[in-house]
Amino acid sequence: MSARARSSEHPEARPPGGASGATGEGGRPDGSPAGLATERTRRAETAVRPAGPAPAPTPAHRRRRRRPTTREEKVWGALRVLTIVLLVVVTVVPFWYMIVLSLRPIAEVVLEPGKIWVSLSEITTDSYRVVLRSADDGGQGFPTFLRNSGFVALVTMAVTLLAAIPGAYAVSRLRFRGRKLVSGLFLVVYLFPPMVLAIPLFVLFTRLGLRGSLLGLALVYVAQTVPVAIYMLRNYFETIPESLEEAGLMDGLTHLGVLRRISLPLAVPSVTATGLYVFMIAWNEFLFALLFLLEQPSKWTVSLGLSRLSGSIEVPSTILMAGSVVLTVPIVVLFFFAERKLVEGLTSGAEKG
Amino acid sequence: MAATTRAPRPPRTLRQQEARTGRLLLSPTVIIVLAVVILPIIWAISLAFQRVRLINIRRAGLVGNYTLDNMERVFTSPGFWDSLWTTLVYTIGATVSSIGLGLVAALALRRPFPGRGAIRAAMLLPYITPVVAATFVWTVALNPQFGIVNAWGTKFLGWDEPIAFLSTERSSLLGVPVPTALLTVIVFEAWRYFPFAFLFLVARIQAIPGDLDEAARMDGATVWQRFRYVTLPQLMPVIAVLAVLRFIFTFNKFDDVYLLTGGGAGTEVISVRVYEFLTARKDVGLAAAQAVVLAVALVVLIVIYLRSTSRAEKANAR
Repeated sequence: MSARARSSEHPEARPPGGASGATGEGGRPDGSPAGLATERTRRAETAVRPAGPAPAPTPAHRRRRRRPTTREEKVWGALRVLTIVLLVVVTVVPFWYMIVLSLRPIAEVVLEPGKIWVSLSEITTDSYRVVLRSADDGGQGFPTFLRNSGFVALVTMAVTLLAAIPGAYAVSRLRFRGRKLVSGLFLVVYLFPPMVLAIPLFVLFTRLGLRGSLLGLALVYVAQTVPVAIYMLRNYFETIPESLEEAGLMDGLTHLGVLRRISLPLAVPSVTATGLYVFMIAWNEFLFALLFLLEQPSKWTVSLGLSRLSGSIEVPSTILMAGSVVLTVPIVVLFFFAERKLVEGLTSGAEKG
Repeated sequence: MAATTRAPRPPRTLRQQEARTGRLLLSPTVIIVLAVVILPIIWAISLAFQRVRLINIRRAGLVGNYTLDNMERVFTSPGFWDSLWTTLVYTIGATVSSIGLGLVAALALRRPFPGRGAIRAAMLLPYITPVVAATFVWTVALNPQFGIVNAWGTKFLGWDEPIAFLSTERSSLLGVPVPTALLTVIVFEAWRYFPFAFLFLVARIQAIPGDLDEAARMDGATVWQRFRYVTLPQLMPVIAVLAVLRFIFTFNKFDDVYLLTGGGAGTEVISVRVYEFLTARKDVGLAAAQAVVLAVALVVLIVIYLRSTSRAEKANAR
């Protein structure tokens, strides 16, 4: 009796759907005041729950009783700062270098290859002009590539979501035979060597005359991304309180109606994040684009077009870097747009161990 | 009596309806996956046992004159065993180093400090960047003539001459022979995929209740002891899963090696070999056979790994 009373003590303190609480923790930058506050309440909660006769220690109380930092802890603290600095250097500098090179004239780069900044007087946008000029004007024709990549990525995203939203709902909420089998099937798709698929698909597409078809490429991407999308969306759907959906069913909605009118509107941010993730995968993909589009330069994606630059005649590295910036910027912008939700969706299995 | 056993059942129970809706909602996905993934896998296996070249591709069907020729050629062709070995070294090196680096990053960013959110986001850059751009930055930076690494190495680190990191098969470092290009590719993988491990480890670390660490601290445990006996055991399940995932993904990897070295200088992993068979030699059957061998090798290694970990777990339980 007392146990039940205790567990119902803070019903609203926990977010609905057990796992979602931990999920929220994972994605929140705890440096923010809001993050700290929840951290504190969580601690207080866990401290209070086994309420014995002893007074519950508050965080402030604890902090006062902390021993002074030992020398060992100071050493580790210094190491930690050093590690963080090194990690930032390692992750950020390559991209800084990419941007700097793309803005310097090639002659200067050859003279001073070790320079890590670009002085105002030498800044030039020539590399970008060459990259973005169409092939007819003697440029590299990236606008066409950008259009192709955008088209393939958007089609992939749309079709994947159309298939994955109902699929994820079915996997997370409906009971039917064969559900386990389907999950196993998806795992196989996720982990199987793409190289094995590539060969028969290459043969098939050649025979059907689909090589050089952007739609054919998008179809392959859909098959590769649907399992991941269902996995991510399922995690989101499972955090929606079931009682809401049951209320909908009581009111005479069908399962489809519940999905359309209750679950989907609640999951819009998550669906957006999943869509962006699929878009990113399709935009970044290289192997299938290489196999299916190589003979038709007018159909190249940005990744493929850029990779061909280095293969052809001597192209200055400044132009390679300008092309890399053009390829990378859309993805980085999209990513930071949806980072929080994305990270949550990808790792929500991890907290449970 | 007979009437009650024969009572007319309602046309469809709620449960049946639910099952029907479930299958209906999943069917588009299942159809796509069957058509574009499962069928091709079966076809690939069939192609591995037929003589098919790009020229007579029109005759390549699911059934044909099966032969073990391709398999025999895969195992006897020059460089096969070297390639398998290279793939293993590359995969294990990349898996261990990316997870190790991810763990270090996750521990370093464990406690909140101003700007942590921004740093955490920056840490994901290598992982989200398109592979072509990432490999190009490395290729340019490592270039012996005008790459920044060699410029700094010769200027500040006293290197006698620039190092062609991506096209030198072997060099000696302090008298020890080093597979330069392979090592460079492994370092690239560690750089590119540590954010993946980092993401999962950070999520797990933040779910560990702080009380445990606090208690160990009160009892006078050192930082290292607290990591080794409090934090690490809690992370082990995630690390085990990450190890399997990273191993599989790296073992299958094609783009990174192909774009960095083209498979030269002792970095020819099996995927790159499959691609060469398919495009340069135009031998579909041989490529399929090599790809099937890749998949089988992967499955065997995973089974060995899972067996050994489950045995270790049982030993621990005892």
